[in-house]
Amino acid sequence: MSVKRLTAGILAAFTAMFGLTVGALAEGRLGLPKDKGLWLQEAANEQAVKIADFNLDLMWLITIITVFVFLLMFVTMFVYRAKANPVASKVSHNTFIEVVWTAAPILILVYIGITSLPLLYYQDVVPETKFAIRVTGNQWNWTYSYPDHGGIEYTASLVPNSAFADAAERADYEKDLSEFLGWDAKLNARLLDTDLRLVVPINTKIKIMLTASDVLHAWAVPSLGVKLDAVPGRLNETWFEIPQVGTYYGQCSELCGQDHAYMPIAVEAVSQEDFDKWVARAKVEYADAATTALGR
Amino acid sequence: MAHANPTGWKRWVFSTNHKDIGVMYLWFAFIAGMIGFGMSGLMRMELAEPGVQFLPEFLGMTEQQARHMFNVLTTGHGLIMVFFMVMPALIGGFGNYFVPLMIGAPDMAFPRMNNVSFWMMPPAFILLLLSTVVEGAPGMNGFGGGWTAYPPLSGTIGHPGPSMDLAIFSLHVAGASSIMGAINYITTIFNMRAPGMTIHKMPLFAWSILITAFLLVLALPVLAGAITMLLTDRNFGTTFFDPAGGGDPILFQHLFWFFGHPEVYIMILPAFGIVSHIISTFSKKPIFGYLGMAYAMAAIGFVGFIVWAHHMYTVGLDVDTKAYFVAATMVIAVPTGVKIFSWIATMWGGSLTFPVPMMYAIAFILLFTTGGVTGVVLSNAGADIALHDTYYVVAHFHYVLSLGAVFGIFAGLYYWVGKMSGKQYPDLLSKLQFWVTFVGVNLIFFPQHFLGLNGMPRRYVDYPDAFTYWNEISTLGYKVTAVGVLLFIIVMFYTLFITKKRVGDNQWGEGANTLEWTLSSPPPFHQFNELPKIK
Repeated sequence: MSVKRLTAGILAAFTAMFGLTVGALAEGRLGLPKDKGLWLQEAANEQAVKIADFNLDLMWLITIITVFVFLLMFVTMFVYRAKANPVASKVSHNTFIEVVWTAAPILILVYIGITSLPLLYYQDVVPETKFAIRVTGNQWNWTYSYPDHGGIEYTASLVPNSAFADAAERADYEKDLSEFLGWDAKLNARLLDTDLRLVVPINTKIKIMLTASDVLHAWAVPSLGVKLDAVPGRLNETWFEIPQVGTYYGQCSELCGQDHAYMPIAVEAVSQEDFDKWVARAKVEYADAATTALGR
Repeated sequence: MAHANPTGWKRWVFSTNHKDIGVMYLWFAFIAGMIGFGMSGLMRMELAEPGVQFLPEFLGMTEQQARHMFNVLTTGHGLIMVFFMVMPALIGGFGNYFVPLMIGAPDMAFPRMNNVSFWMMPPAFILLLLSTVVEGAPGMNGFGGGWTAYPPLSGTIGHPGPSMDLAIFSLHVAGASSIMGAINYITTIFNMRAPGMTIHKMPLFAWSILITAFLLVLALPVLAGAITMLLTDRNFGTTFFDPAGGGDPILFQHLFWFFGHPEVYIMILPAFGIVSHIISTFSKKPIFGYLGMAYAMAAIGFVGFIVWAHHMYTVGLDVDTKAYFVAATMVIAVPTGVKIFSWIATMWGGSLTFPVPMMYAIAFILLFTTGGVTGVVLSNAGADIALHDTYYVVAHFHYVLSLGAVFGIFAGLYYWVGKMSGKQYPDLLSKLQFWVTFVGVNLIFFPQHFLGLNGMPRRYVDYPDAFTYWNEISTLGYKVTAVGVLLFIIVMFYTLFITKKRVGDNQWGEGANTLEWTLSSPPPFHQFNELPKIK
């Protein structure tokens, strides 16, 4: 009886903890990691929502499995302690139970596979996109170029930590960024903000063509559900679509040397009109054929 | 006299005795483990707070140098723990000492090759340590490209200095040592089992070492090939991994992980073997589903060779390829589940006692389960997009290795230290050591799941302020673990050098029924001069 109660109590506690964990999902600031966060960053688009949903399913499943194994172990430890059971049984085979614990995981895995593979194909098969952006990873910044928009090309680098300690320097960076974008912009987070941002329109499927100029890098924005390696000599493709205006941050996710932690990604999603205005301005300033693709 | 008992330095340096060589492997692993643990301490101290402050101050360097040094530390920690701590302890140490004892053999099949295997390890380790003090990245000392050493970062673009070359030589030497060791185990186990000990009566630890040895023989040459190609790319103008000459950086990743994935099973299978014996001993029951347990390990070993690209979901693989690797990877959960449930079933109906080795074995099962289920999450390429190269991965593989394989080593040490030394470990202090370590390592690694989910990439010397809280907790956990390690040193020092308390031939009673318990503690210098007969 007490074992039953204990089991129920532990399950209730786990459920409560789990509820809290999932509850933390709703509070994050869009596009940024959440302070003391326990869960995935708030999903900003359908791709990220699908990942989050799938991950939540998996989390339930693995939590139940783990709790089951732990409880089974604790019950066994308690019931069959030497004091309570001085003489050990000699049973060392039971074909039925062995078949069960082989078959049950197979069924669970088949279930996981059935939900997992459609997500994979959804992510990986690039749909019809409106335009492409070429992203080049360099040690240690990102070059963005817009071949479908008159060859706009610029390199986005980290806003140094000093700008977050010194108000005047910060204001300078914000002024330059605002001029680049054409509207007022604020810096949001140390190690995540870049001097220039990748500007994209909302509600538009965009193809990212990714490569690197020197070593491996990875272009990743958690809230957009995108992560892909930048490989020298290869052109990797992925895509995303953002439904809401905002700034979405990510960081280089493949070890690339000394300043691996210092080449973040900032994506500015704006309305189609704002984007068109930005393109018109950027063409004048950044579509210079002489701009180097290497960003150094 | 055919069987001399050498003394002094000759006993160790010229040793052809499997027990002496096993003991030397264990000491070697201990020393390397301390250095690797110290490196992780430097990293955790640096990550205790946002900003780069600890390393520049502690090592007296500029912030730029400290950023590179952090990468050197992650690389060194990984390589040392894999090649110079876990493998020497589990395979070289326990394998050498206990495989011949368990199968009723007088020694290993090739005792002199055994000596060479061991004595290649210190030079390999010295080469690796040397690589941290010569130039690697331009103007910086040491190789900071991760234990995976992906080109082009590990090529002349990222690390033009000789540091990487030294690291490559180190792996060559360590790899050759391991291959020789593996050949030795396979030959020994196939040919030198006592009369009557069929392969299906062989203790599970011997099974685990046999399977591990096959994995080593098949996997390590691939690594050797990959790093040799890297070496010629770096020094002799070849372009295996350089797209400018028609090569491909991704080729290295395929080769590396064709070795690297079996390597993780190489590290965990011997721990499986040890845990099986401990669980059976302290349940006073034979292992449940013995054949299933043995062939589950064989299945894990086999499937381990066909899942390598799940480490590469984000490199831009074809979607169908990824789908295959998702399916293949999840298959591993099945034999692993068989093992977990069989261990619990062994305990079920047993008469359980809980001395320190049993505590470690049970903790191993629970923590390995925890690390295993996050592996199922990561095996799904769809979810991996969010978690790849984040701290979630770090948490996952430390749960299966740092809390899995290392707990297996601790379990084995407490289980066998009496047999190896003839001395009794101090019970209360050892229990304290277990609990402090258990709390400490969980405090380090559990919060790292949260960091990874929240998007903190791994191998970062500095992080956005939102990640501060769980990093602080993780570093606190490291400090607790450091107390656990200190206690471990005290326990082992007390056991080996101070205590007068001796143990008998079989300190664990009726449950311990493998052949090593029929010998004295410590066993005689040469055992089984007359082969035991197995019924």
